[in-house]
Amino acid sequence: MTAYLKMDEPDRRNRLDSMAQGVIGQPLDRMEGPLKVSGTARYAHEWPVERLCHAVLVRSTIARGHVVRIDRSPVEAMDGVLAVIDDDRLLRNPAQGTAGKAPVQGPREIFYVGQPLALVVAESFEQARHAATQLRIETMATEAVLDPESESTDRERPEGKQTSQGDLDRAMAEASHSIDAVYHTPGHSSAAMEPHAAIAQWDGDDLTVHASCQMLKYNQEELADALGIDAGRVRIVSPYVGGGFGSKLGIAHDAVAAAIAARAVGRPVALALSRRQVFETTMRRSESRQRIRLAADADGLLTGLGHEALVSQLPGETFSEPVAQATHFLYAAENREIIHEIVRLNRTCAGSVRAPGEAIGMTVLETAMDELAVKAGIDPVALRKRNIPDKDPEDQRPFSSHMLDQALDRGAELFDWQRRRPEPRSTRRGEWLIGLGMSSAARVNSLMQAESRVTLGGEGVRIETDMTDIGTGTYTVLAQIAGEMLGVPMDRITTVLGDTDLPPGPGSGGSWGASSTGSAVYVACEEIRARIARKLGCRAEDLTLKDGHAITGNRSTALGELIGDAPISVRGVVEPGGTSKKVRQSTYGAFFAEVAVNDVTAEVRVRRMLGVFAAGRILNAKTARSQCLGGMTFGIGMALTEELIHDPRDGSIVNRDLAEYHLPVNADVPQLEVELLEERDPWASPIQAKGIGELGISGAAACINNAVFNACGVRVRSYPVTLDKILAEL
Amino acid sequence: MHTQLTINGENHDLEADERTTLLDALRQHLRLTGTKKGCDHGQCGACTVIVNGRRINSCLTLACMHDGDEIVTIEGIGTATDLSVLQQAFLSADGFQCGYCTPGQICSATAMLEEVKAGWPSHVSDRLDGAPELSDEEIGERMSGNLCRCACYPNIVAAIRAAAGSAA
Amino acid sequence: MRPFDYVRPSGMPEATREASRAGSAFIAGGTNLLDLMKLEVMAPDRLVDINRLDMGECSATPAGGLRIGALVTNSDLAADEHVRRDYPLLSRALLAGASGQLRNKATTGGNLLQRTRCYYFYDTSAPCNKREPGSGCSAIGGATRLHAILGASEHCIATHPSDMAVAMQALDAAVEIENVEGQTRSVPLSDFYRLPGDTPQVETVLGSGDLITAVVLPAPVKGSQIYRKVRDRASYAFALVSVAAVVGVEDGTIGSVALAFGGVAPRPWRDHEAERILAGERPSDELFARFADEILREARGQGGNDFKIPLLRRTLIATLQSATDESR
Repeated sequence: MTAYLKMDEPDRRNRLDSMAQGVIGQPLDRMEGPLKVSGTARYAHEWPVERLCHAVLVRSTIARGHVVRIDRSPVEAMDGVLAVIDDDRLLRNPAQGTAGKAPVQGPREIFYVGQPLALVVAESFEQARHAATQLRIETMATEAVLDPESESTDRERPEGKQTSQGDLDRAMAEASHSIDAVYHTPGHSSAAMEPHAAIAQWDGDDLTVHASCQMLKYNQEELADALGIDAGRVRIVSPYVGGGFGSKLGIAHDAVAAAIAARAVGRPVALALSRRQVFETTMRRSESRQRIRLAADADGLLTGLGHEALVSQLPGETFSEPVAQATHFLYAAENREIIHEIVRLNRTCAGSVRAPGEAIGMTVLETAMDELAVKAGIDPVALRKRNIPDKDPEDQRPFSSHMLDQALDRGAELFDWQRRRPEPRSTRRGEWLIGLGMSSAARVNSLMQAESRVTLGGEGVRIETDMTDIGTGTYTVLAQIAGEMLGVPMDRITTVLGDTDLPPGPGSGGSWGASSTGSAVYVACEEIRARIARKLGCRAEDLTLKDGHAITGNRSTALGELIGDAPISVRGVVEPGGTSKKVRQSTYGAFFAEVAVNDVTAEVRVRRMLGVFAAGRILNAKTARSQCLGGMTFGIGMALTEELIHDPRDGSIVNRDLAEYHLPVNADVPQLEVELLEERDPWASPIQAKGIGELGISGAAACINNAVFNACGVRVRSYPVTLDKILAEL
Repeated sequence: MHTQLTINGENHDLEADERTTLLDALRQHLRLTGTKKGCDHGQCGACTVIVNGRRINSCLTLACMHDGDEIVTIEGIGTATDLSVLQQAFLSADGFQCGYCTPGQICSATAMLEEVKAGWPSHVSDRLDGAPELSDEEIGERMSGNLCRCACYPNIVAAIRAAAGSAA
Repeated sequence: MRPFDYVRPSGMPEATREASRAGSAFIAGGTNLLDLMKLEVMAPDRLVDINRLDMGECSATPAGGLRIGALVTNSDLAADEHVRRDYPLLSRALLAGASGQLRNKATTGGNLLQRTRCYYFYDTSAPCNKREPGSGCSAIGGATRLHAILGASEHCIATHPSDMAVAMQALDAAVEIENVEGQTRSVPLSDFYRLPGDTPQVETVLGSGDLITAVVLPAPVKGSQIYRKVRDRASYAFALVSVAAVVGVEDGTIGSVALAFGGVAPRPWRDHEAERILAGERPSDELFARFADEILREARGQGGNDFKIPLLRRTLIATLQSATDESR
């Protein structure tokens, strides 16, 4: 039986609030937590498989050209080597999120340094790793395009990503205060702690792959398409994913190459990317050049807003970092110009890294807003509050909900913002200059088609979907929704995830996982409630489900009794509808930071940081908070240390390891504070929840950079704010 | 080549290529997959195990170098149904998300608390003598060899603080 | 990692004899060697595991100094009571390096011999004179944020990454070496490292089979000891610049003085000549500035590391200020 909901109308019933179990929103521990803290949760490369052999990819050392010849026989003769493979179906780069079809394939034509050109399969990992270093691949190099800002390179301006409204030039000319500045952000790597890995095994024409994937429904189609087989023959299993952050949205080299190799050698094959290969063959966030123009009247009201972005991508890819995604609606200004340009480069493929668009777009816009606040002599919080629009400033749609104003106020109060001294260099502790900064947060929200099967049996509830838990808390929040709706204690709920044999969901990405799949669970539960009500002869509205009992009037019946040995199983389906179009949906928040800048060395340390967020209904206050901590910490990395450094001569990523690509370490992160605002967004989903996984990074780096300016008076317009850039003007 | 290892109190006879790291020996040969491979170059800490009482990166040492050594991995610290105090603290404080760095964090923290007990100073200790205080700053510095990209650092620090407090 | 023979000698003569055979390498902590072997930046044919040799103790010397066995781990050395009391600079430098896990494995001898972190040295597809003599230096004209401003050559601009060695340089340490004939010699750390010149593959004075058995520190001198490390992250990152200072002030003038610098040169950098500017003088900002000028007289940036010149200048002046403040 299927229950179906198309989200055409807002749902203001807030049904979850009228339930009795009292688990929704509660800060419960992760259900799968005991497995993770004891090392027994099984990740992709850890499945026990008989006769397993190992494969290692071999990379291109040139940026552009083609393969002339592979000298395979010396390697084939090496100890333990089973095969050297350069199959035409090897991927050039991973699929983009939600592609649902294979990306560009073929290892003959070379597009970037690091592109996998072949793989070596051997009995042991040690043998395969060494043999891979011995494979000589003769290549012919042709001219590569390497400079993202070269004037001589063509720039594409995709239609539909440009906005021009009013007369920005005139607004700039007439403004009382204006900013016209160019900013740069570098490339970033998701750098999930679990490297991409797959174990592929064939049973006749049926393929099973244990892999580390975020979006199984799409990944199954992508893998099948890449291999040229029917999707029905492909099963992907991914119950635990060691972090994704966008890097595991689309099928990647590991799964495709392992499947090809397993077929070729007639044995199961494991293939894990080395950390270096993760850096150079999986998605990077594009670097960007962004020009911001802000025109304001004497009171700081924006009259004009311009955001021009230049990003890079490999030839033939449709994705490009949507830098100005939130600029379209964040602040009111009559005269607007948003330009999005793409240059085609021979660098590692660009794709989604946590909050594509807002992560760098909001960061730059919010840095510029701080510059405007300084120039106009207006408090940065007040400047933002003054420019919050009452409807989408471009298409005039109403907002589904809008909590920026509340987030700014609450943040200013909690952070004691009023004690900030606007004049730079006014607070000193020994060698350290102390400063405060803030920025707004915003991230677009979307609902995706999702399915879940919920079964209420005598023993409890079982939830099944191919949705993944990449650290997001999915196991737990889905159980909380079902537990609340069906009045079943948490210890009697089982969530089964991460298997393409289960009902398909949209996966983890774009912050839509919990609200979309959670809505599917909710829809299924509503139907189960209706059926219980029918059995009891009451209206669903008059039914109370609590602690495994159905209560109507003064009658209480154990659910087990009611169901007997005929479990109720319902497939819940939710589909986006009119609410996605009628209103502008976004999550909002505000960041506040206190930093110290060393007056001698220009080292920056974050001393305190606060994030206030509104993302609709919070499904689990503990896991939601952790998502925000994660986003904010990504923000610290973006602000201060993270940068993919490309060699100017071949575009290769020179710092392709965790020693030199500086993720924040524990000592870089102080005790962050997170405040979640109470909100229900009826337009977003039937559970009134929105996405929260990416909001915490969307603008976060700016509050730190703005605090650096407040501390020492140096404005850095090129991220990350490393000490050399401050030192130059200190 | 043949190596004898004592892992979590049990004897294991390992027959493996000399090139096999302790990490790969645990994961591939002995099927103790709780120890994770995050970078394979000593840059992330996911592979942290305790050898003869000291925390080390198991990726940067060869199994054959540990003949006769006593090794404790996450599997020896506690099980899903019988968690150690630290494991329980990580669970309660939500000191993890994806869970991949977590066994390394917990092995590292387990041994780190012993280092503090032994009076070892750290980079952020004000003084080199005397008993180090287990402040948040001290925990953060001492745990900086364990990267967490889900970025649970504040929760990891809280978990360790709680576990150290309850053990005292 | 290339296949290799693994040998575990039972004593010193066997160890040096094994290691003197072509293609051999000692392995102790292994934290740098295995890192490089996995990438085949280093590919020895045989590994001589010296971990079970008797070199793991620290002991007082008759001269009032400290003899540190080559196998003493960075952790043990940093926590050693004698070191904490008399050579706090060394404790501080060790604690500023790497991570708790790495310090538990890394040894004193191995730390001295760790290889550069130059991106191109680590990339076997890139020319590198240190890795493949005569192939060229990819760092010049490439990404140079990590690279040297002092002591580099047109053949190599790599830096030495150690913190420990910088402190030892300022403490006038000597390296005790045993050769394949069983003879022991002592080499001052100042003479231990070779500048790249046109042979960047030769990094030290060690010959085939030579084994570092200990590092010997002279008796501590009076004065304040400071190790200051500047890096991108708050922890677990190599130094952009570091300063090790041992400065004694008596009656208002600088008596003993030793300064060594890390992150800026192919070896821990020390300029005995320049130190004369400070000796016997009253501490002042003007004096420190003159000293900095002298240290940086021949400093040369490569673009990406130009900032290290002002950074070293500022850091060393500030370090001298605090060292002389404390002494007063």
